[in-house]
Amino acid sequence: MKRHHAVVRITHWVNVIALTIMIGSGLRIFNAYPAFARRGESFCCYPFEHQPIPAALTFGGWLAGARNWHFAMMWVLGINGLVYLAFIYLHGEWRDLVPRRGIVRDAREMVKFYLTVRKDHPVQGKHNALQRLAYFSMPIVGIMAVVTGIAIWKPVQLAWLTNLMGGYVWARYWHFWAMLLLVVLTVGHVFMVFTVDPYSIPSIITGKYRPELSPEARNARPFVHLLPTHHEPPAGS
Amino acid sequence: MSRRPDRSEPPIRLPSHAAERVGLDRRRFLAAASGALGTLALAACDSMGPRSAKGVLMFAESGNEKLERVLFHHSSIDVPRSSAATAGSHFPAYFVSDQVPVWDEAAHGVWRLEVSGMVNTPLSLSLSDLSSLPRTGYKLDHFCVEGWTAVATRTGVRLADLAKLAGVRPGARYVDFQSFDSDYHESWDIESAMHPQTLIVYAQDGHYLNSAWGAPARVYSPVKLGYKNTKYLTKIAFLPERNGGYWSDRGYEWYGGV
Repeated sequence: MKRHHAVVRITHWVNVIALTIMIGSGLRIFNAYPAFARRGESFCCYPFEHQPIPAALTFGGWLAGARNWHFAMMWVLGINGLVYLAFIYLHGEWRDLVPRRGIVRDAREMVKFYLTVRKDHPVQGKHNALQRLAYFSMPIVGIMAVVTGIAIWKPVQLAWLTNLMGGYVWARYWHFWAMLLLVVLTVGHVFMVFTVDPYSIPSIITGKYRPELSPEARNARPFVHLLPTHHEPPAGS
Repeated sequence: MSRRPDRSEPPIRLPSHAAERVGLDRRRFLAAASGALGTLALAACDSMGPRSAKGVLMFAESGNEKLERVLFHHSSIDVPRSSAATAGSHFPAYFVSDQVPVWDEAAHGVWRLEVSGMVNTPLSLSLSDLSSLPRTGYKLDHFCVEGWTAVATRTGVRLADLAKLAGVRPGARYVDFQSFDSDYHESWDIESAMHPQTLIVYAQDGHYLNSAWGAPARVYSPVKLGYKNTKYLTKIAFLPERNGGYWSDRGYEWYGGV
């Protein structure tokens, strides 16, 4: 059974590379002035003004190198994102991702299950409610990163866009937040893949997936019922 | 709408105040960056990442420049936020020489600004010549490549006015701004140079420029990143081809548009 179409698999891994380079080079650019305040002013809403990001997390070597990477990779990120969105729209995959009625209740049930308040894995389709929310948010935050990025790239020529975000200083701040949200979503995603559903890894490489090993079938929560032999059928089956 | 461009003509007062030296010395920074990467001893890599990527990055840069030129309009002007405070003495000073460049009148005579190249009437302007020309003042954002911004009032002569005075010939597509700050210079596309907010500035915040801020005159335009705006000007040359620049030759984008 193919879980992910080739287009989804390819755009996923292109995105991994593009996003990693965008974030690394972006942090290197940020380190040239690791603050948000306009000169001669202070900034209300960032507690780490003038504290650089650890160099190990940055990419590009120096400011010009990082900028060159950032302004080249932005095209890969943007075009890849458009291909992905166009594909899931035309091919129907968006139906597995957009929040459905009752998503909040379903998400609450998933959280209850992960916190062991609830014993049995909630019944789900391709993705559980938390995954749906995460995978639906990712492109939205991605679009936010791109739009805020354009606003700080062209604050004079596209001043209307920059002003929409409260001006250059705030656009830069929202750009930083978009990056943070993408990191949080990605870290959560990778954590869940390795602690709940490592059997899904082949599905994003070759497309192959064994439904009998799904977290739902194993009644798996982080670090629990990781091995297939430990699986117990969900109640009622 | 109260956010109109501020086209006041501030009175010019001679005494100037000290500016703080910018925290980041770019030459030291450049040396440190290349040194750190040298220790990696990766034959395939330099400060730009994998060497094979360099061609791709340069291709992207030339593509970006084409797009930036399409986006560029003289009608797009910079209007600082009404809430933005003027940086005043917090405005960073920046130069590439070891010391603050000061025009050596004893050695080179009185400072004059040369306007030459593809022009019908080459100009040689003293500071008083410049300040007697039609004066334009704007409160403007400064966009540094490092990511910071600062607001200052810039007063001077529109480069478009100087170009008219000199009679720029049709083949001139680029403008090179040269300085007495070591070999610092940066060349621009002529469209950006003729933007109404591109000024040959001799006063900042109502005072004649001090040495830390590029005295006696500098180019300033909000449509270019800070490093494109040459300080300590000596010569404005109209050229048929681009002539690189101090930072453009060291890896920063040549176009540097905002």
